Parts: sequence; structure tokens; C-alpha cells
Amino acid sequence: MSADTPAISGASVVKLARGVRLHEDPVRGQMVLLAPERAMALDDIAVAIVQALDGKRSLDRIAGDFAAKFDAPVAEIAGDVRAFAQELAIRRLLEIVE
Amino acid sequence: MSSAIASTVHSAPVQRVPPPMAMLAELTHRCPLACPYCSNPTALTPAGEELSTEEWIGVFSQAADLGVLHLHLSGGEPAARRDLVELTRAAVSLGLYTNLITSGVGLTEARINDLAEAGLDHIQLSIQDVSPESADRIGGYKGGHERKMAVANWVAATGIPLTVNAVCHRQNMGEIDALIELAIRLGARRVEIATVQFHGWAERNKAALMPTREQVEHATQTVAAAREKYQGILVIDYVPADYYSKYPKACMGGWGRVGLNVTPSGRVLPCHAAETIPSLTFKTVREGTLSEIWYESDAFNAYRGEDWMPELCRNCERKQIDFGGCRCQAMALAGDASTTDPVCIRSPLRERLTRETERLSAMSPATLTYRGR
Repeated sequence: MSADTPAISGASVVKLARGVRLHEDPVRGQMVLLAPERAMALDDIAVAIVQALDGKRSLDRIAGDFAAKFDAPVAEIAGDVRAFAQELAIRRLLEIVE
Repeated sequence: MSSAIASTVHSAPVQRVPPPMAMLAELTHRCPLACPYCSNPTALTPAGEELSTEEWIGVFSQAADLGVLHLHLSGGEPAARRDLVELTRAAVSLGLYTNLITSGVGLTEARINDLAEAGLDHIQLSIQDVSPESADRIGGYKGGHERKMAVANWVAATGIPLTVNAVCHRQNMGEIDALIELAIRLGARRVEIATVQFHGWAERNKAALMPTREQVEHATQTVAAAREKYQGILVIDYVPADYYSKYPKACMGGWGRVGLNVTPSGRVLPCHAAETIPSLTFKTVREGTLSEIWYESDAFNAYRGEDWMPELCRNCERKQIDFGGCRCQAMALAGDASTTDPVCIRSPLRERLTRETERLSAMSPATLTYRGR
């Protein structure tokens, strides 16, 4: 990673960049994330994370909300959310709000 | 329903054909530019034979039903169609991820705003080179490069994501670094650096466009370094020069596996160059539905699976990686579309191809033969 790469941390607030959207694919019976020249099939957890990237809550706050909702360990969820957001950011699929 | 019964009765193990992910709609072959490597066929379709607005919208609707996710509006120059905004609005309303592949020439600021308002998802803008003089010479259109710079700014103002596409070849391959930097300055999120493919018009310009081995090696290193440097800033997609590769490219992700092309007159093809294979006949959307053509036509089934493969490919551990390479390249270089792509190091034709590639790349840059208008 270079010095210019936008860093994703638990404090980051992000949302899908313009031109990136969730799409219900009835032919294949799955949810896909559509982006320029990319279509990523998402599992239920990934869909839930994408839907939570609302450009208002920080990643840590989102993880906290999931932990409360699913009664699951927050540290693990926070790590997963950050890693997933980092993957999306590297592919230029996120707008970093702050 | 009789066909469903028939296929149950003849229950030979048939590998299931997946639905297509992407469709390239070549709305028109008209284009103000005349790039000498244009992917359109050398016999261009005249304007009078193009599908109507209603016909295109019908094709988009069939595509969405068939499972197409990405629709690429291309040409020629798609902006030459007066109904471009209407077609875009229809495609978006069908849920298709709609991408405009454009030279930029023919787009005004007002039209770009109309496209944004219609819901266009993405724009891919071609750049011929970094310097305006060289770019305009390659594109065969004076003032084209300057126009593209303006178009990129108008696109940026709408927020529509931008990809810059640059075809590279011997005459601009030293500029890849500068092309990448230009893409960043123009606000692109993605850049495609695609080495010219020698079909159609490019085939006629082989001596002028064939890169040298040194150029190709340098380009590959440049791209690798830029990917690291600009990670998270710019996504770089790179199509290397397969004439210098060990193995062929997985052309189109496999014949009839991922995507389809529709020509201006509605002919449905597995790829741009498929019509160069004389043994195949292709139906138009006036002669059959997209679904029939995709799943049942002889042309789409011709090179699916492994049955068509020569022994060399059928016994190869890479057959699910590159699918035997490019059928049109096998046709062009070996005179046989169902043989191993001659760029494969295992092909008996590879040595001859290497000698020919080196001979072409050492020729003095011949005059360009421009695409017809």
C-alpha cells in the first residue's frame, strides 16, 4: 500500500461511490454489487454490511450495532467490517465521507 | 414445451450454459474518429441498416430477462445516435448497469447532463495518446484530444464514474506512465491499458502498430509499479500483448460464456471479430430471441465446452483457464478457428509467430491505414 492510499479505520465513515450499487439478480437468485466492469456476488453478511454503509455511521459504530443485534463479539465483527470496507476501498467502490 | 420434453428424452450429459453477464450494444458504426485499430469490422454497417430505437429497447429488455447485468453502449461512436439519452433511460429503467463507451466526440456538456439525469452508471472515455498532436494523428481527427479533455471535465462535474481507456501499440507504448497520470488528472477511478488486438483494421496496420519485446516488457513493469503506487486511487486493468506471452488470453472469458455483442444491424455475436470465422452464420435479433441465440444457436455453441478442442488443448491443464485462447486469432493466424491459439507456447505455430512478430516490430513505422468513416 502506498502513502496515498486512503486508509480505512474504525473511525471511517463511508458509503458506496456513485456508480456502485446493489442489485437483486432474479435470474441467478443472488445479490450482486455492480460497479464499473465488475459484478461481485455477495453473501448475506456482505449484503448486510453494504447496506449498513450509509455515509453516516462510522465502521466501529456499524460493528457495534451488528454486535448488539446478533449478540456477537464486537471485536471480531469490527475486524470483518473494516477488512471488507478496505477491500471495497482498494477497488475504488467507496466514497470516504470522513 | 415440446423442446423441453425432447431434451429430457435425449438426456445426454449436457454442460449447463450460464446466462450472459454482459452485453455490448454497438449502436452504430458511425464515428468521427478513424483509429487504425478500430474493433469494428472492415465492412461497416451503413446508418440506414441500424436497429430503430424501439428495436434496441426491445433487445435491452430481452437482455435483462436473460440475466445480463452490464450493458455497454458502444459503437462506432454511440453519441452519433440521436436517441442515445432515450436508450440510456430505457436501459437504466430495466435495471441494467449502463456504461457508455465513447470517444467523447459528439458529446456536449448539455448532453452529458442529460445522460446523468437519465441514470447513466458509468462512462468509458477513449484516449489515443498523451500529446494532442500524437493523439489526433492516431485518431485521425484534429481537435479530438482537446475535446476529450473537456468531456472528462464535464463528466467529473456530474459525478458519473469515469474510466479512461487507452489502446497501446508501438507508437504510444512508451507513454503508459504519462497516460496513467493523465487519467488521474482527469478524475478517472479506473484506467484500461489494452494492447491492440490484431483483428480487422488493426490487422491491416500490423507493421505500424506491433510493439517491440522491449516495449512490452517495460509496459508490464510500468503497470505493476503504477498499481502499487496508486492502489486505492486508480484501478488499473491491463491487457498485455499476447503475441509476446507464453499462453493465450482467455478471450471473452471463453466463447459464449460471459458476454455477447449485438452489431448495429442486430446481428448477435460472441465477440467483436466472430464474423471473421467463415464457417459460422450469425442470426439477428429480427430472426430470433436473444435467449434462443445465446442458448441454442450453432454459432454460440460452436466453441463451448471441450468437444471442439484439438487434443493439445483437451489434454492441457490450462483448458479451464484460457479455453484454448482466441478463436478469431486461431482463424487469422492458422487459418483454422478450431485449432490452438498460435500464441500458446505449446502450439506448433508459435516459433513462426515469434519470428514474424519480431520482423513486424522492427519495421519502420509505415503509414497508418485509417478506419473508414
